[in-house]
Amino acid sequence: MMPTLAHYLAVSGLLFSIGIAGVLLRRNIIVIFMCLELMLNASNLSLVAFSRFGLLNDGLPNYNGQVFVFFIVTVAAAEVAVGLAIIVALFRARQTTHVEDLDGMKY
Amino acid sequence: MTLFLFWVFAVLMVLFGLGVVFFRNPVNCGMCLVMSFIFLAGLFVTLDAFFIAVVQVLVYAGAVMVLFLFIIMLLNLNSEGRRPLNLAAVGGGVLVVLGFLGLLAKVLGSSTFFAQPKPALGHPELSDVKAIGLTLFSTYNLPFQVVGVLLLVATLGVVLLSRKELK
Repeated sequence: MMPTLAHYLAVSGLLFSIGIAGVLLRRNIIVIFMCLELMLNASNLSLVAFSRFGLLNDGLPNYNGQVFVFFIVTVAAAEVAVGLAIIVALFRARQTTHVEDLDGMKY
Repeated sequence: MTLFLFWVFAVLMVLFGLGVVFFRNPVNCGMCLVMSFIFLAGLFVTLDAFFIAVVQVLVYAGAVMVLFLFIIMLLNLNSEGRRPLNLAAVGGGVLVVLGFLGLLAKVLGSSTFFAQPKPALGHPELSDVKAIGLTLFSTYNLPFQVVGVLLLVATLGVVLLSRKELK
């Protein structure tokens, strides 16, 4: 018995929804950032699943999908570094990581 | 066997993912995120994507999470105090999530394409590191160089942002 493509896509969608829920519900900016990473990883899972299930004619996985995941991981790492630097700068200026106290750009 | 492993990794990954959302202490959230990433790497292994699984553990569970925990330690964050929930945000979040999951269920049930079992590989002995490397350095050579520049720019940006006084 093998898992089907729908299994992987459903799990990926579930992880993505957890990420959305976290971004919308949590108020700590670092946890919101973690949930963004969760969503990126959910998309990676569906890309790898498509790569494995959409075999090419010679019976190999479609490695384009996996190269795409490689790029996403690289860009996500750069994004985390810059994002956390911004959070540290923000914390230095305001002494808080709570998004409701960071409403300087609201209205 | 693959199905059993799939369920083990998938259930644990989703449970630890829920932990990220529901724990109050950011350090607990970070630890849950690490475990979630490691089980996601397990799912990649069930998809025969060994290189991606190793990259996942090295980059995410290693580098990115160390960065996160380092910043939590640096900012000396404790559990957030209880504040009244923003009902509009909770309602909107639940609505968006349910809408997304409903749409996904409808799409997955709409075609037999999604019900295909995992096809056997033509060359199970072929190393995927080699194949990904060939693809990366031939078809995707230019994007690869661009990503290198992006990493350099990100490094410079972080150094600039972390200086003592921002001008």
